[in-house]
Amino acid sequence: MSLISKGHIACQGCAALSTANLILNELGPRTVAVIPACCLSVCNGPYPSAAFKIPVVNCAFETAAITAAGIRAGLDRKKEEANVVVLAGDGGTYDIGLGALSGAAERNDNILYVCYDNEAYMNTGIQRSSATPYGAHTMTTPKEGYKREHKKDIIGILKAHDVPYIATATITKPGDFKKKVRKAKDMKGFRFILAFTPCPTGWKFDPKYSIKMARLAVNSGLFPLREIVWGEETVKKIKTEDSKAVFKEYIKLQGRFKHLSDEEVNNFYRAYKNFDWKF
Amino acid sequence: MELLSGSQAVATAVKLANVDVVTAYPITPQTSIIEELAKMCTSGELDATYINVESEHSAMAGIIGAAVAGARTFTATASQGLALMHEMLHWAANGRLPIVMAVVNRALGPGWNIWTDQTDTLSQRDTGWIQLYCTNAQEVLDSVLMAYPLAERCNLPVMVVLDAYLLSHTYEPVDVPSQSVVDEYLTTTYERPFGIDFENPYSVFQLTMPTEYAVLRRRQQKDFEQAYLHYVGEAISFRHSFGRYWPELSGCGYTDSYKAKNVLITTGTMSSTAKSLLTDYKRDVQLVNLKLLRPFPAKSLREAIRGAERAIVVDRNLSPGLGGIWAQEVRAALSGLPVHTYSYIAGIGGTDVTEEDLDKIIYDALNNEPQYYPVFVEDI
Repeated sequence: MSLISKGHIACQGCAALSTANLILNELGPRTVAVIPACCLSVCNGPYPSAAFKIPVVNCAFETAAITAAGIRAGLDRKKEEANVVVLAGDGGTYDIGLGALSGAAERNDNILYVCYDNEAYMNTGIQRSSATPYGAHTMTTPKEGYKREHKKDIIGILKAHDVPYIATATITKPGDFKKKVRKAKDMKGFRFILAFTPCPTGWKFDPKYSIKMARLAVNSGLFPLREIVWGEETVKKIKTEDSKAVFKEYIKLQGRFKHLSDEEVNNFYRAYKNFDWKF
Repeated sequence: MELLSGSQAVATAVKLANVDVVTAYPITPQTSIIEELAKMCTSGELDATYINVESEHSAMAGIIGAAVAGARTFTATASQGLALMHEMLHWAANGRLPIVMAVVNRALGPGWNIWTDQTDTLSQRDTGWIQLYCTNAQEVLDSVLMAYPLAERCNLPVMVVLDAYLLSHTYEPVDVPSQSVVDEYLTTTYERPFGIDFENPYSVFQLTMPTEYAVLRRRQQKDFEQAYLHYVGEAISFRHSFGRYWPELSGCGYTDSYKAKNVLITTGTMSSTAKSLLTDYKRDVQLVNLKLLRPFPAKSLREAIRGAERAIVVDRNLSPGLGGIWAQEVRAALSGLPVHTYSYIAGIGGTDVTEEDLDKIIYDALNNEPQYYPVFVEDI
């Protein structure tokens, strides 16, 4: 039985909601979800109804990690066993929530932090975040004013905090994703999962391609599936025919990149190939 | 009697109240409070979870989480830290969480100034917190103890406010009650209206449409009106348990049978100075010390001041463009009564307010018409 009911108000093809569903079903009903301002806080529906069938604590935008740590402290005082999981967007993780995230990671607070990354402020209507990739059109980097900076390396930042568990995952590989959630669930201390969640509304593609879009991102090497346990990294090699061709297909399917010339697409491809996380 | 600083009085009361979760982020001059609590938690004298957070914003967010999970919570801050917390003050209050926080009044920069000034707490007036001001270290300890049953009965957060250095770092003899007496005082069974329930799960603080939101805010106002009565009751119940009384208004020279023509209105340690001045004073002046900012004791103040001609308010704070913040509150509360409100500013940024200053202010008020804008004591 799913822990998110019908009647949620997510957009059609929302990968963030499927991601939350997968995670909560792995964690089970003794889970508190901490949700800062982000798409999922809206998807849950307005008071007094709620689509999430577990306790949910909504919190201010920049406070997800510390709110979860506080809840954990409160539950521990009452000797209540439960999972405390953060479900935060990229804005609440890469940008405004980075201070609290760093604080919780440094203290090794006993929480599971999941960032569902849809690569912009989608809840407020598609504005640039530091997780927005190079080349993307958003309402604050419109068309020719597309984003010139590359995506922030949040995994590198977390890695520098030397936390017990870091992973990346997508719903396009549910077996891998579930295994990682289970592994994180069984560990103590600060655990972080970065989930890649294509957004048809913000990226301007047909909602039927949400799963495909994540697959292309993984297969092109744009979003490698990683696992880092106490600083030890295992990268799962994805066999691809031609990562550049897959990359180009990924770009071509999305309206947010349609203003890019072939040369700019090539620059984009070359640039991310040189990042630390290349494989 | 023990010799305690105001900061130690806070920490001692937090220990006596058996707080579950403390979050801490240092700022001068609050540090002595959180250092004292860190020592207590390390030694086991206080069995609480102590979280060293990375900002004041997180200090409040952390105890919001802990309070939702049902813990009794505490943090302390001052000045810039309180300003940084502002967003979360609203969250704690609108979330109806019984959080208690001590705030050491300190001036806001620039320029950097670590001395006392009430503008930090008074500018949090509309966040939905009960605010209790203190005149001495004993009152600090007692106010923190009273804050917990008050917060938990009203489901409203409470701020206990003390002047930097004049209170936080000044040592005074303080009567520290025994744990058994405090335990007895704090035994009220408290039913939390909501929390984390795995059997019947629900969401808290979620998207709320206009009609439901308006209902919640209206209820908050009604509960604040009740909170005023709760405070009056709490002060009496505290006197019953401990023999000390901290009413919403207190004074000097004020009796039921005698009312002066002139009333000096002050807060915090300035009231202690005023009390000393007005004992056997040469002029017809009595003192009213305001303990509560919110809920504002308007009804009690109107009764106390009925028949007086002048209300002379001295503010150690400033709302630029208008003047003293307490004076504005007093003006609003006395609206319709034939009383002139005089507004004076003294002690800004930690400058001393002496008995001579207060004497000068009273003399000025008695010999001048009230001004719309405030008069700075330096200009008299």
